[in-house]
Amino acid sequence: MSFKKWWLIGLGAALLLATLSPLASGSPDGLERVAEDKGFLETAGDAPFQIIADYVFPGVENEALATILAGWIGVLVMFGAVYVIAWAIMKNRKTT
Amino acid sequence: MHIPDGFLNMTTVAATGVISAGGISAAVKIAAKKIGEKQVPLMGMLAAFIFAAQMLNFPVAGGTSGHLIGAALCAILIGPWAGIIIMSAVLIAQALIFQDGGLAALGANILNMGIIAVFAAYFANSAAVSIFGDSRQGKLIGAAAAGWSSVMAASLAAAIELAVSGASPLGIVLPAMMGIHALIGIGEGLITILVVSAVMASRADILQLERI
Repeated sequence: MSFKKWWLIGLGAALLLATLSPLASGSPDGLERVAEDKGFLETAGDAPFQIIADYVFPGVENEALATILAGWIGVLVMFGAVYVIAWAIMKNRKTT
Repeated sequence: MHIPDGFLNMTTVAATGVISAGGISAAVKIAAKKIGEKQVPLMGMLAAFIFAAQMLNFPVAGGTSGHLIGAALCAILIGPWAGIIIMSAVLIAQALIFQDGGLAALGANILNMGIIAVFAAYFANSAAVSIFGDSRQGKLIGAAAAGWSSVMAASLAAAIELAVSGASPLGIVLPAMMGIHALIGIGEGLITILVVSAVMASRADILQLERI
């Protein structure tokens, strides 16, 4: 298998995982659980702005679909952003 | 383990912010010497995969969940410095776009999950491979050790930051954080084993790529 095919399959696996994200446990995570049990959860502040808050794409009625959309956007944004960052770091070395 | 805003005091926010900024800048400098044609798409793919896997919270015990951090996968598949860049990018996107983890707490979250977890994983993996050998078995033990250690180290750091900030006394928050994360770390270890064996089965040469 070519390297390009290999990492494209990896990217596809990431999109597939994001598609499964509505199945994730909705229970509080480790830190949230500790904060609740030890009585400091209420000190958590709200974010000053919201874009795709809590991985739910705004304006989509179906919550599973809204979560999947948020996941796909995240996967593509992360791939693109880190690809460009890594490429820029490599390029910068070659020109200096 | 994303710390929201409000849990940390200004001193901790400032100190962790400065340390993380320094860590990222060192990572970029070191990575610049080693990133090659193959590492560019590999880094993008790892960031995408870790982001997606982090959305899949799995239940652990008594109504609590945990999710992959991914620092161990970074440390094993590409190395700690490139790992810091990948993890920082994921954590920054989570704070900015998805409101997961506070903006002021970003420095602490990058320090815990992007720097401390990555190096804990890197050293645990190296130690396991040197003890058990660079065989398939040694690599899988290394993956498990890296996964579990990275979660424990990150939760230790988070507990100290919370205690220093006055959120909860160290004697209370430290055992609570490390106790629950000892279980979540098992999940991290299992997922890390799974992905490393999938890489071994498909393109084992990826594991031989130069570490950054």
